[in-house]
Amino acid sequence: MRKLVALSAAALAALVTGCGGSSGGAATLNWYIFPEPSGSFAAAAKQCSAASGGRYNIVLNQLPSDSDSQRTQLVRRLAAKDSGIDIIGMDVNWTSEFAEAGWIKPWTGANKAAVTRGVLAGPIATATWKNTLYGAPLNSNTQLLWYRKDLVPTPPATWAQMIQEATALAKQGKPHLIEVQGRQYEGLTVWFNSLVESAGGRILSGPSTVAIGPAAALAAAVMHNVANSPGADPGLSNAQEDQGRLGFEKGDAAFEVNYPFVYPSALADTPKLAKVMGWANYPAVVAGRPARVTIGGENLAVSSFSQHPAAAFAAITCLVNAQHQTVDAVKGGLPPTLSALFDSPALAKAYPFHALIKQALQNPAIRPQTPAYSDISLAIQKGLSPPNAIDPSTIVKTLRSQIKAALSSGALL
Amino acid sequence: MSATAATNQPVTPAPSRKRHLTERARAERRLGWSLVAPAGIVMIAVSIYPIVYAFVLSLQRADLRFPAANKFIGLDNYKTVLTSPLWWQDVWHTVVLTVIPVSLELVIGMALALIMHRVIFGRGPVRAIALIPYGIVTVVAAYSWRYAWEADSGWIPHLLGLKSDPLTSTFRSYLAIIVSEVWKTTPFMALLLLGGLALVPDELHEAAKVDGATAWQRFWRITIPLMKPAILVALLFRTLDAFRIFDTVYIFNQGAHGTETVSILAYNQLLNRLNLGLGSAVSVLIFLMVALIAFLFIKGFGAAAAPGGGER
Repeated sequence: MRKLVALSAAALAALVTGCGGSSGGAATLNWYIFPEPSGSFAAAAKQCSAASGGRYNIVLNQLPSDSDSQRTQLVRRLAAKDSGIDIIGMDVNWTSEFAEAGWIKPWTGANKAAVTRGVLAGPIATATWKNTLYGAPLNSNTQLLWYRKDLVPTPPATWAQMIQEATALAKQGKPHLIEVQGRQYEGLTVWFNSLVESAGGRILSGPSTVAIGPAAALAAAVMHNVANSPGADPGLSNAQEDQGRLGFEKGDAAFEVNYPFVYPSALADTPKLAKVMGWANYPAVVAGRPARVTIGGENLAVSSFSQHPAAAFAAITCLVNAQHQTVDAVKGGLPPTLSALFDSPALAKAYPFHALIKQALQNPAIRPQTPAYSDISLAIQKGLSPPNAIDPSTIVKTLRSQIKAALSSGALL
Repeated sequence: MSATAATNQPVTPAPSRKRHLTERARAERRLGWSLVAPAGIVMIAVSIYPIVYAFVLSLQRADLRFPAANKFIGLDNYKTVLTSPLWWQDVWHTVVLTVIPVSLELVIGMALALIMHRVIFGRGPVRAIALIPYGIVTVVAAYSWRYAWEADSGWIPHLLGLKSDPLTSTFRSYLAIIVSEVWKTTPFMALLLLGGLALVPDELHEAAKVDGATAWQRFWRITIPLMKPAILVALLFRTLDAFRIFDTVYIFNQGAHGTETVSILAYNQLLNRLNLGLGSAVSVLIFLMVALIAFLFIKGFGAAAAPGGGER
């Protein structure tokens, strides 16, 4: 509650200074991004505006809380060439769609150099489309395996091992559930993408080439096996990230595959459980082959319809700098994109697992890069939901034809 | 009348008189048009223009993300939709989610209306209380039902001693959606039927009672036939409403577990994929189906009601 008040106050302050400044000749830059609860974005907007010396004022505007609604709002306004949006907070998987439609401006020259210096390769790749940079990486994210150290002395290295251990724990009557994201939504695509890439495959090999094959069969088999094992949460086929977090905090689960936000949450909600909460690399699909985990996070782009593009580029360069990324990470729990920050003492304290995250971000799985991404994701979600009903023998064929139909944009999905 | 008279008049005085009359008529007509104009413009802007535009879009390959590839493709979008098994599955889901809730609502709503009709004490408060579920925003109601059904925190699985999440199986998802729909809109149905009950004169009941008719006979032979118009209106409103079901299904599980309805299909094409051509084709088809339902109701029930009532 206090956080919320602080956020509203900060947002209001930004709004007030934004309005006051615009009359004084400074460009008003409307920044649209997901609602960040800690207030670190609002603080960054205020500081960057002050540091610009009257050149611009950043007004922070909140998008809806879930990613699908954020995209829906942005896309509708951008398709209508709305000049009221200057800086866009984009999910990493929107780059190609927005760039191909001509809604965002490319980054070149000194601006590009400023926002890519020292940034990990994974986040840069997510902001790139057709060899052109379209966004400045603001933060990143990746999933880890969280487990109960009191129940499982050594974390499982593969999904098969995890299922085995869950089965054994179930027989002993101990907490044994595996928390994953099984609902028909973007999270299901994320899970599938991580598994396919971990098995050495890809969903697409080019913007319009379907590459689903044996690796996808292995991935779908893992999902099917998890969903039909004793470790399957009864609510698996309706579970999102937050249901996983709650399931783990309730004490019924032995394993959870989720983003790092679950750790500060456990510390706050169930400190006793947080003490026995271990973390490990995302489980592998094939033994001996390290997993490649789907990268998340947010990039900042300049709208093609902005009336102050030069100021917007400058403002973004400030918003993504090391100082603000540190605050976003420590206060807001958003992992940075700057490589050096992972080794800073402030981050090491807030993220005891920072080395694992950095490692995962250096060689991440990127979701299919194509302007038709949302079509493909929809096709995948529908093909794989509910996970317990996946037929491993036919799923590859089904997905292949569904994804092809999605790419052509001429089929009903 | 006056115009015919004017033409029968001799040639000379006719023009002046005619001009006088038409001028007045013209002025009145102009006034009429200008009085109607604001409403007409609003109607054209908010209803006719979007419908026509949706139809035009449905004849095109129109995708917001590939503006360069837009072109006129005739009825291809309709062909794609009508040959897709997905469309027919979703039509079937929608029919199930229309017929079952509306039938249940009719029965429960009638019972509720009869009770409200008989209430002597505190009529206003009783009716107001019965209407509360209908007053709740559908999305809010859907969320509260979703949380009620959730395995971990919901009171329904707790009450029934269920271990699994009810919203993860097709049958129970339908059950949950139907329960929440019925809970939400039965009061609306009851209110419309209550209006119909007020039309049934008490004298008829008393006369029937004197003739020795049982309560059951009086209900079927007097109340129901006289209420037919009210029942028709209530059923029509609710069927049209139920056919477009979106919020509850979307909130419960986004159309997973075989609960996807035609409205969710249209939403996915339009707002998720930004495929305006296909999405508009789906929307136009939904519009046609809704129009067909209305037509069948009015033709079928309307015609059956009048002579049937008269003959008996």
